[in-house]
Amino acid sequence: MINFKQYIRKILITALIVIVCFFLQTNIFSRFQLAKVTPNILLCVVSSFGFMNGQKKGLIVGFFCGLLVDIYMGYYLGIMAFIYMIIGFINGFFKRLFFGDDLKLPLVLIGASDLIYGVLVYVFLFLTRNQYNFKFYFSYIMIPELVYTVLVSIFVYYAILKITSLIDKLDKRGSRRLDGTF
Amino acid sequence: MMKQRKQFTGMPSKHLLTIMSIVCLVLFSFSYATGVSVGPLNVLTSYFFVPIQKGIDVIGSSISISAADTKTKEELIAENEMLRAEVEELTNKLNNTQVKQRELETLQKLYQLDQTYFDYETTGARIIARGTTNWFNTFTIDKGASDGVKIDMNIIADGGLVGIVTEVGDNYSIVRSIVDDTSNVSATISSTEDNCIVSGSLIEMTANNMITFSDLDDDENKVAIGDAVITSNISDKYLPGILIGYISYLQNDSNDLTKSGKITPVVDFKHLSDVLIIMEIKEIY
Repeated sequence: MINFKQYIRKILITALIVIVCFFLQTNIFSRFQLAKVTPNILLCVVSSFGFMNGQKKGLIVGFFCGLLVDIYMGYYLGIMAFIYMIIGFINGFFKRLFFGDDLKLPLVLIGASDLIYGVLVYVFLFLTRNQYNFKFYFSYIMIPELVYTVLVSIFVYYAILKITSLIDKLDKRGSRRLDGTF
Repeated sequence: MMKQRKQFTGMPSKHLLTIMSIVCLVLFSFSYATGVSVGPLNVLTSYFFVPIQKGIDVIGSSISISAADTKTKEELIAENEMLRAEVEELTNKLNNTQVKQRELETLQKLYQLDQTYFDYETTGARIIARGTTNWFNTFTIDKGASDGVKIDMNIIADGGLVGIVTEVGDNYSIVRSIVDDTSNVSATISSTEDNCIVSGSLIEMTANNMITFSDLDDDENKVAIGDAVITSNISDKYLPGILIGYISYLQNDSNDLTKSGKITPVVDFKHLSDVLIIMEIKEIY
């Protein structure tokens, strides 16, 4: 039973992180744009959950984050959900290389994810409407967004890392107390 | 405990990816086919997200105000004097206009031209969220179906057109602005009454804060830089006579029949925080 409780708690904490980051992005950081872009904090969350917890969690978190973006974008549902989902899934491949205290790999992964995200959005939503000027989108949207996102993600990543390690510690303590075999 | 763990991790992640991709595809085709993009999810946004966002918005705006509020006393005094001079000038102009207005009214009565375009009933709204992507220019406002907002209502601010409502929840709605890459508005050059299409463009907006227009049929070469562009009578979603902006660049198309160019919008999209909703939907006869 304790396991089920922990499971629910993990889901709730994850949802809370996603929601807080969504509000950070749309309500706070959208007021402080640099080079006309807002940092993509949700992507940073999806990427972090991907390489910290594996493909499946990355995929699920990505799907729900994308759905949230879809709802607020007022375009068709499912496109952003798909893109974020793919990003979470790809990041899951790097779980084996991931060690908590190193900052380089997470930042490189988040940066690469943002680039992939930009290319996917361009292909799905701009190329399909005959917008061929990839060079412009690359240098004026994708790269500024990448730089700003990576800057902000240093803090976001650390916050997520601290929260998840705290939860893991609590879980272990809880199960040790009640389940001697663990 | 290990058994439960196995049950959860039992499905290979590739299968999960396939299943979720299919879910995405189903969602997409559903919203594409019906044109409804949110549906039942609007309950979640209305009663959970929007109330919190309204709260955060207050904090966020106070932060950004204090960040912008770094003028010195001398600057404020100078600005105050400048504004006073402007008030005087404007009062003079206003008096002048009032006289002309009265004259116009009497003449209109004489001609029985009662119908004025610019008397739309409006409601104010605050922008509570934006920046979900850097690729599209949509934002969320804090009025929804319970305030009488409907899809396709026009949004204005600073005396110019901002956009159109594309989605309505109970207490929020989503607005697509005219600078969004997918936006198209049928417009008229106010001086010559020639029609054209005004389209938002992410490239133009990022590079020079402008939007583009095309298909302007101007045989007599009368349209010039600086002419005002307003929404046209023939548009099926935008009410006529709303100012969009001023032409700042004009060129002949390669077919030598039509012209295209760029417009500087009157609305400052970067610093937009309050907008007006026109509570009227254009009726097509």
